Amino acid sequence: MEPDAGDPQRLIEARHIERVFRMGRTEVRALRGVDLQVQAGELVAIMGASGSGKSTLMNILGCLDQPTRGSYRLEGTQVETQDRDELADIRNRKIGFVFQGFNLLPRTSALENVELPLLYDRSGRRFNSRRVAAEALDRVGLADRMDHDPSELSGGQQQRVAIARALVTGPSLVLADEPTGNLDSVTSLEIMALFQELHAEGVTFLIVTHESEVSRYAERIVELRDGRVTRDAPVQDRGDARDDAAASLDAEWTAVA
Amino acid sequence: MKTSNLIRVAGVSILKNKMRTLLTMLGIIIGVGAVIVMVAIGEGAQSQIEQQIQSLGTNMLIVTPEAASQGGVSMGAQSRPRLTTEDAEVLASEAFLLAHVSPVINSFTQAVGGTGNWRTSVLGVSPDYQQIRDWALGEGVFFDEAAVRSMRRDVVIGSTVAENLFPNGDAVGQRLRLRDVPVTVIGVLEPKGQTAGGNDMDDTILAPYTMVQTRMAGRQFIGQILASTSSPDDLGPAQEEIRQILRDTHGLAPNEPDDFTVRNQGELADAAQGMTQVMTLLLASIASISLLVGGIGIMNIMLVSVTERTREIGLRLAVGARGSDVMVQFLVESVVMSLAGGVFGVALGVAGGQTIAAFTGWNTLVSPATIGLALGFAASVGIFFGFYPARRAARMDPIEALRYE
Ligand SMILES: Nc1ncnc2c1ncn2[C@@H]1O[C@H](COP(=O)(O)OP(=O)(O)O)[C@@H](O)[C@H]1O
Ligand SMILES: [Mg+2]
Repeated sequence: MEPDAGDPQRLIEARHIERVFRMGRTEVRALRGVDLQVQAGELVAIMGASGSGKSTLMNILGCLDQPTRGSYRLEGTQVETQDRDELADIRNRKIGFVFQGFNLLPRTSALENVELPLLYDRSGRRFNSRRVAAEALDRVGLADRMDHDPSELSGGQQQRVAIARALVTGPSLVLADEPTGNLDSVTSLEIMALFQELHAEGVTFLIVTHESEVSRYAERIVELRDGRVTRDAPVQDRGDARDDAAASLDAEWTAVA
Repeated sequence: MKTSNLIRVAGVSILKNKMRTLLTMLGIIIGVGAVIVMVAIGEGAQSQIEQQIQSLGTNMLIVTPEAASQGGVSMGAQSRPRLTTEDAEVLASEAFLLAHVSPVINSFTQAVGGTGNWRTSVLGVSPDYQQIRDWALGEGVFFDEAAVRSMRRDVVIGSTVAENLFPNGDAVGQRLRLRDVPVTVIGVLEPKGQTAGGNDMDDTILAPYTMVQTRMAGRQFIGQILASTSSPDDLGPAQEEIRQILRDTHGLAPNEPDDFTVRNQGELADAAQGMTQVMTLLLASIASISLLVGGIGIMNIMLVSVTERTREIGLRLAVGARGSDVMVQFLVESVVMSLAGGVFGVALGVAGGQTIAAFTGWNTLVSPATIGLALGFAASVGIFFGFYPARRAARMDPIEALRYE
């Protein structure tokens, strides 16, 4: 097979990625040769038990960490050869992060939290960062919560602010590491519904989760075990998170009644 | 990051911890305040001394009968240093560069007359003395050359003497007895104030030196000769001219040292200024120690702040901040804090200086240069002590920082 680096739709091209952590005498081989290709516009779930290497892979794909061995191309850029500042620029321009613990700045309004990545824009583009941030908040349905501090928002709303922050620079790729891990089941469904909607608008998502209920809403599931990809397959009966959220709310009401 | 964003980011985090920011700034406020107060006292003393030296007279030269190279070595009877009124007369007639020359014969005497007794110093001088000391008359006239030649018993009195002996202000024309010598007051001098040493310059009586020498002092030798030039540029050359003339009159061989010393006012001023500068520097450096302590306070708080905000730093790095952005953010924070502290410190220092002046009567002076220097110093403290915490923040690993609890 010919290498298909020229494919314009090819977003992620990771080959034989290894990551070894050295802790004194012992070595932890978190990733043992991962191959992964992702096209622009996909919605991929990365599954696996705790400790299987999901976060480690996410950090490498998100240019927060470098592989010990192997090659990683993001939109044709060979990531291993970039220095610290160039990696920061790639993260700013091409990648949005959503974390399990939201990671919003405390005592800082939703709008200012979303604006944060724009403060580090080095592309030289001219834009009104307040307006761009407000638009991103509108996309996640929080137009009426812009001036609220994180402490005044529910967990689901906080995660929406974090998603707006990930979207605000118009990244090629959004990486979400256990984005529903701190949320109840209905709120989790609502967040998944938001991912599905944004995906329908063309955003590429990689979502790490260990819950199979969550991965049902992806197009494709990549399974990791002990630092290796053990399964990589499309989702057969893909769920609609919006419908399921509504149904689950109905069920709750019936239970109460 | 754009500068406006930088200032915003730093300002926001400073304002979010108002109490802590204030306590941190307190060290700088006190440090800068202390430096300002100390320099204000030092510079105030300096300007006072300069003023006093200026009040001695203008372009003045002082000849005293002490050999420059004495150094405690006994010089033998015939070479004992001495000055005479003839020396003054020779200088007056021969020195080309001197505008005025006057001998000064000092005699401490009881003055009797008016409302009673007053112990004061009688100075035997020539009419030139008035120009050399730049001393205006309040009333009456100064005695003239003719009075000197005829040893006339006319005197001019200082304002302190006038106030004590003639409180009614009718001194001119009155009679006085100076050690049994009856004299007439023909003038009263304007007040001149105190010398740098705290002596009242107005507590004096001026009389023709010929009269003082023959009738009162009975001495051949005099304490000093005062002279002045018409321009300050002539002071140096005039000093040399006096040397040559006096060496000649004293009949000194080329290998013999001078048996007198010529100093000019500039040298006096330099000496005094040197002393007060040392004092100012000493006070300022003691005060800077508190500024240093303030700086360590800033470093301490910045380190705490960097640790506390580890997750924030991780997040900023994750969304695309470069290490240098984070570094500059924390540096700006510490500089803004120290500069704001500096501004409050200047206010405190100025107020403190005025309070001290009001309570002690000392002269205090806060110059714009001092304020600029204090603020510059405060900013440098911010940069210096903010550098290590800022660098620590900039070098964090984003993954570890994001995971920090
Ligand atoms: N910084 C690190 N130092 C040492 N070991 C690590 C580090 N990060 C992850 N590991 C190890 O690598 C393995 C995979 O971790 P991780 O990627 O976090 O798993 P997951 O996210 O799938 O739970 C685990 O055994 C973990 O202990
Ligand atoms: Mg994980």
